[in-house]
Amino acid sequence: MLRFFGRRLLLLGVTLVVASVLIFAITNVLPGDVGRIILGPFAPQDAVARLNAELGTDRPIVIRYVDWLTGVARGDWGRSYAFDTAVFPLVVERLGRSLTLAVSGLVVLVPLAVAAGVAAARREGGIFDRVLSTVSLAFGALPEFVTGVFLILVFGIWLGALPIQALPPDGAGPLTVIAHLVLPVGCLVLLLFAYLFRMTRASMIEALAADYTRTAELKGLPQRTVIWHHVLRNALLPTITVIGAQIGWLVGGLVVVETLFKYPGIGSLIHFAATNKDIPLLVGCSLAITFVFALGNLAADLLYAILNPRVRHGRHAH
Amino acid sequence: MTASSTGPLLELDNVTISYQRRRDRVDAVRGVSLIIQPGEAYGLVGESGCGKSTLAMAVMRHLPRNGILSGGQVLFEDRDLFRLNQAELRRVRGGRIAMVYQNPESALNPTLKVGEQVAEVFRLHRALRHRPAAEAALDMLRKVRIAEPDRVVGLYPYQLSGGMRQRVVIAMALAADPALLVLDEPTTALDATVQADILDLFTDLRGEMKAAILFISHNLAVVQQVCDRIGVMYGGELIEQGTVAEVFKRPRHPYTAALFDCIPDFGVRKSDRRLAGIAGGVPDLAALGTACLYEPRCLISRQLCRVEHPDLMRAGSRHLSRCFFHAETPAPGAAARVRPEAVPVPDVTAGIPLLSLHGVGRRYGRAHILKDIDLEIAPGETFGLVGESGSGKSTLAKVISGLVPPSAGTVALAGERVAGQVGKRTGRQRRDVQMVFQTPDTTLNPRKKVASILGRAVRVLAGLGGKRKRDRSSALLGDVQLPVEMLRATPDRLSGGQRQRVAIARAFAGDPRLVILDEPTSALDVSVQASILNLLLDLQRESQAAYLFISHDLAVVRYLSDRIGVMYLGELVEVGPTERVFRPPFHPYTQALIAAVPRLGGAAPERPVSLDKPAPGPSERPEGCPFQTRCPRAYDRCRAEAPPWRDAGEGHMIRCWVALDALEASQSAALKPRRVQAPLPIGRRP
Repeated sequence: MLRFFGRRLLLLGVTLVVASVLIFAITNVLPGDVGRIILGPFAPQDAVARLNAELGTDRPIVIRYVDWLTGVARGDWGRSYAFDTAVFPLVVERLGRSLTLAVSGLVVLVPLAVAAGVAAARREGGIFDRVLSTVSLAFGALPEFVTGVFLILVFGIWLGALPIQALPPDGAGPLTVIAHLVLPVGCLVLLLFAYLFRMTRASMIEALAADYTRTAELKGLPQRTVIWHHVLRNALLPTITVIGAQIGWLVGGLVVVETLFKYPGIGSLIHFAATNKDIPLLVGCSLAITFVFALGNLAADLLYAILNPRVRHGRHAH
Repeated sequence: MTASSTGPLLELDNVTISYQRRRDRVDAVRGVSLIIQPGEAYGLVGESGCGKSTLAMAVMRHLPRNGILSGGQVLFEDRDLFRLNQAELRRVRGGRIAMVYQNPESALNPTLKVGEQVAEVFRLHRALRHRPAAEAALDMLRKVRIAEPDRVVGLYPYQLSGGMRQRVVIAMALAADPALLVLDEPTTALDATVQADILDLFTDLRGEMKAAILFISHNLAVVQQVCDRIGVMYGGELIEQGTVAEVFKRPRHPYTAALFDCIPDFGVRKSDRRLAGIAGGVPDLAALGTACLYEPRCLISRQLCRVEHPDLMRAGSRHLSRCFFHAETPAPGAAARVRPEAVPVPDVTAGIPLLSLHGVGRRYGRAHILKDIDLEIAPGETFGLVGESGSGKSTLAKVISGLVPPSAGTVALAGERVAGQVGKRTGRQRRDVQMVFQTPDTTLNPRKKVASILGRAVRVLAGLGGKRKRDRSSALLGDVQLPVEMLRATPDRLSGGQRQRVAIARAFAGDPRLVILDEPTSALDVSVQASILNLLLDLQRESQAAYLFISHDLAVVRYLSDRIGVMYLGELVEVGPTERVFRPPFHPYTQALIAAVPRLGGAAPERPVSLDKPAPGPSERPEGCPFQTRCPRAYDRCRAEAPPWRDAGEGHMIRCWVALDALEASQSAALKPRRVQAPLPIGRRP
């Protein structure tokens, strides 16, 4: 297990280095003349050159990368052109908010989808299975700005039961915070439920039909033990991988949900950075999201290995 | 528990089990009545699709969702199993009735340690707490003779060999000391050597435990070794029942007699007799008339059989048969002797060999899958290749056909060296070597019609197109004795035997000179196997093709082959003419393989070499002789140096350090037959 963990950690390091090179290359090399981009096509050439020298973008690429990377490691992620503040604290603040939203979403989504998947698989083709499959797929197919607006209309405006802004006022108590998160989390759950539910359902059906499940039943184990002890460990494996892959998206890809619910997360920040050509900010956001994504996958891999001895032991040991 | 001391343990009373299929209902088991006494071992045999496994599952009350008990009763310890509530049923399952299935690969949970999986039964049915349950599990593993049980309890199923896994499943089944053990083909998926060990284990355990056994198998010899009484199923009905001794001596149903004739007796050769298959297939359960179910395939049927369905009738004091003319049942072997086979005997010594391998090896990393193989096959010869799974037989086949290039040595066809990769061989060379695999289900494209499968082979291998291609396809189908209409069928419409015939037809499309047959009949019923073997002999007589026949079934290999090679851990350890290889002296490994063959007829040699210890993997190949870790005769030299080839005459070569006359002396003594465990009297109370 330790060796497995070590290998995974090493892999994580490699992933991050490769990602940093890519991010650096895309944001610092591909755009070409950074000064020209910032100042626009009509600015005089000497102003552009002066800005480039000021920004350091006229130096050789490798030196710029190493410089940049040491800065990143020290927490100096540069200054945002648009906000004219340090990137790092800004990104950390926004990332914290996005994580809150994503984690709240997962905490609601995962048990719900897994439980529903298990229930549907046990009565495959039954009324619960068919209704839930259809309804969840319909919601999964609707874009989040439709479901989001729908939720806001019904719960926020007609019923007036819930706040439509996700960001609670400063100094709000935990109940208020949760109340503010209900609608955006609901929107996320509706969006992602079908995917996880169907994944769980499919692997549950497979595991329920497996010979080892029959063995467990014919041992005389009660249904509950068969499901919890024998089936779920096997059936959840693919679902775990899927959840791991979703984490990155949940953190960085929620531009629409964040905008709808006026929630200043990292998704809207990276969107802002991109539209305003704020390259240091864009780089910072990308780095943060990459990091979260890699960590999410690492966590999923570890959980997978805990449940699956074969992976843990590395390879076929016959 | 309400175990009654007088009544039968299990009583099936007129049991009918039906499957609901869309609109119609199919009776998979029809009116079966049978009784198993406490401590008795009852064997149930028949071809696939005759309802054996459905019946076993009914005894566990574990029918598929669309299956129902539509008639009769299953009484266990005087209680109707199908009227128990869930809690009572759970106490019976695993506690009073336990099951061992065919596939140990999948029967164990891959994510739980095997010790835990056994301990679970003790906690559930014996109400043991965690620690004592774990200790009881360890004891149980010891009882089923697992080597190093202390280590094995902490392992996961994938870390165990197939035989070890099956022992774990058996330990799990025996854990609660059940009154009835249902064994559904428990050794079918195992190597012959492992099968022999597991059967020995059952025989021993019967002395130690008092469980009755319901043993389901398609292998008559295996049933004979374990059981007291036997029931034969056909088309969902019980068609014959009697003591093992009676039924094996004098079957009273033509189907049972025909089943015996399908099996090549160990020692029978293709030059002795043609195998008798059973014409036709098992009846379609959805469309049964009023006649005897077996009538269409029966050799002694008469007018009466076509109009009336026979009931089970008395054919002896303890012998029942569902045949009007059971007294006329031909004795086994009678039908078969009708057509002795004239087989061409290839001249192995003369001329250029068709195939010659020199120093062929294949390695992956540091593991030698094949090592130093020298082999020649003459034109028209049938060369049999035997060995346990993992011995490299299939890899060797792939090297010869060019699917896996060798990492050392040369492959030559008719004296001409060929490239290692099939893509670099010439069209003629590719045509010359063709392959037939074990599972035709996966080698035939399920979306293509037979016409297109054969047509493509004819176009690529024989270079024909248009009408000539179609004619040749039809002719090939005729050669493998399939009707021309099957050209329009897709593989899923064909039976397993028919699919294998198509695969064989495809291999013969370009007039090959060498056909590699990799376990071509292992997945088939014995009746189908017999007809496929006959077909292969017919095709060989017409085409003069040589065969490389790979099988784990020594009786089949012995029946078909002119010469035999024995492989162990990627090396050939013995090569010679078939009859020489089956006569002492043999390599100690060959001796163990031969001793493991389950035999009809009651006499088997002692098993002086038990291969209980699994073979080391190719990455743990020992120094010196590869077999030394399991060989009872190994001495210092075997552990240090690779053994030499010794010449036993007539082309019989053995790779061993032990002198041939020493081998021969001890092996001849061991070959004296001993009585196999005598069938036990019915109702025996141990």
